[in-house]
Amino acid sequence: MASVKNIVRVANVTKTFQLGKIDVQALKGVDLEIAAGQYVSIMGPSGSGKSTLFNMIGGLDKPSTGKVFIDEVDISQLDAYELAWLRCRKIGYIFQTFNIIQVMTALENVTLPMTFAGVRNETAVEKGMELLQLVGLADRFQHKPFELSGGQQQRVAIARALANDPAIILADEPTGNLDLSTGEEIITLLKNLSKERGVTIISATHDIKMLNVSDQVVWIRDGRIDKIESREELTISVGRIDARAEA
Amino acid sequence: MKATAKPTPPATESLQIHRQVVLPWGKSIAIAFNSIRVRFFRSLITTMSLVLAVSFLSFVSVNTNVANGLLSTGDPALRQALIRSGYDLQPEDTRADSSPKQRWIVILSLLVCVVGIVNAQLMAVTERFREIGTMKCLGALDRFVLRLFLLEASMQGLVGAGLGALAGALFALLSNAARFGTQAVTTPVPGDILLSVAIATGVGCLLSVLGVLYPAFVAARMQPVEAMRAEH
Repeated sequence: MASVKNIVRVANVTKTFQLGKIDVQALKGVDLEIAAGQYVSIMGPSGSGKSTLFNMIGGLDKPSTGKVFIDEVDISQLDAYELAWLRCRKIGYIFQTFNIIQVMTALENVTLPMTFAGVRNETAVEKGMELLQLVGLADRFQHKPFELSGGQQQRVAIARALANDPAIILADEPTGNLDLSTGEEIITLLKNLSKERGVTIISATHDIKMLNVSDQVVWIRDGRIDKIESREELTISVGRIDARAEA
Repeated sequence: MKATAKPTPPATESLQIHRQVVLPWGKSIAIAFNSIRVRFFRSLITTMSLVLAVSFLSFVSVNTNVANGLLSTGDPALRQALIRSGYDLQPEDTRADSSPKQRWIVILSLLVCVVGIVNAQLMAVTERFREIGTMKCLGALDRFVLRLFLLEASMQGLVGAGLGALAGALFALLSNAARFGTQAVTTPVPGDILLSVAIATGVGCLLSVLGVLYPAFVAARMQPVEAMRAEH
């Protein structure tokens, strides 16, 4: 048994989509282990299958073959209740398009997962305010999403993802719709959260800014893992990464 | 590493989990109400066909109530007036009834109204794919989504059908008063009119919930990824 716990384990996962009469294989056998408390970036060009892999890890989609384990539980074995419970308690999601519920205020968005988890209303509101404070939006708790900027909406999404103290935060292109400096702020925020709270952060991205804060980078190409680089290897070869970005 | 061990949680844990994902009724009602309030204009359009159909139903049955009230006076002049205005009264009849043709028109208008509601609600569900997907990612069960849609529909139904029934009854009383004089308003049994309004409201609520069933099922059964992928 390794000393570091694997929070996510992906075993020989393939995924085939049917586009009309053609079968498109988005993932062609992926094996991946992610240790608890790590900040992992899944990198790759668009169409490489990184969003598909991301959806598999999040239990949002089922693999065609192979298995995904979260906390050593095979998620394909879970029924609807257990999957909902997993999404509610274990995993926090952050999306490229923020996906803040438009008809609710910032605070209501943050408290909704806690309501699902059966937390009492006063407790949920109190914790929601704490989380909004944490992401620097305490004074805007009553704002509706359309009254917030993109960066602020993403902050609300981060606060919402943290609501039930999940073990994993899954971020799908969290900076994709943000400008450079706002994107950097969001990345710093995520990094601090992973450091202070020990949350495992897995983000699918092609934002090179993410590399500086990642403990591990998983490169995906054509539905396969190209290589996995750890932090040390990355810092040595920064020049190479920049070159890759332009390629 | 216990890779081959069966990782399904034991049944007791699964039972606990059943209780662990919840959406209290109070909160559901608050969310549903808020959803209608925020999308007020949209809800208004969804409800409008219901209001019209229910007010027509209420108008027809209150008309019958009024005719019966007038007949119960035993005044031959009023009886003649009723026959002149289209009631098919035989000499031995002591009660007026809505004609089969009228009933068919009412049933048709209710059918059209249900189709309209299904259409409008399908649109509303499509607009909300992303919201539904997000909720499911946050841990909402299928039946939370179903419940929210049903609650919204019954609230819309109650208000819309109630208003429609009242409007229909009022219009029926006014038009009859204009035709037959004040006796049209004074002679009918108030209980009968109330019953007609209540039945019309009930039918309206039922239709509203019936109309949202299919769209709500579509929404509830949707996988989070599909919901997210939908572009608008």
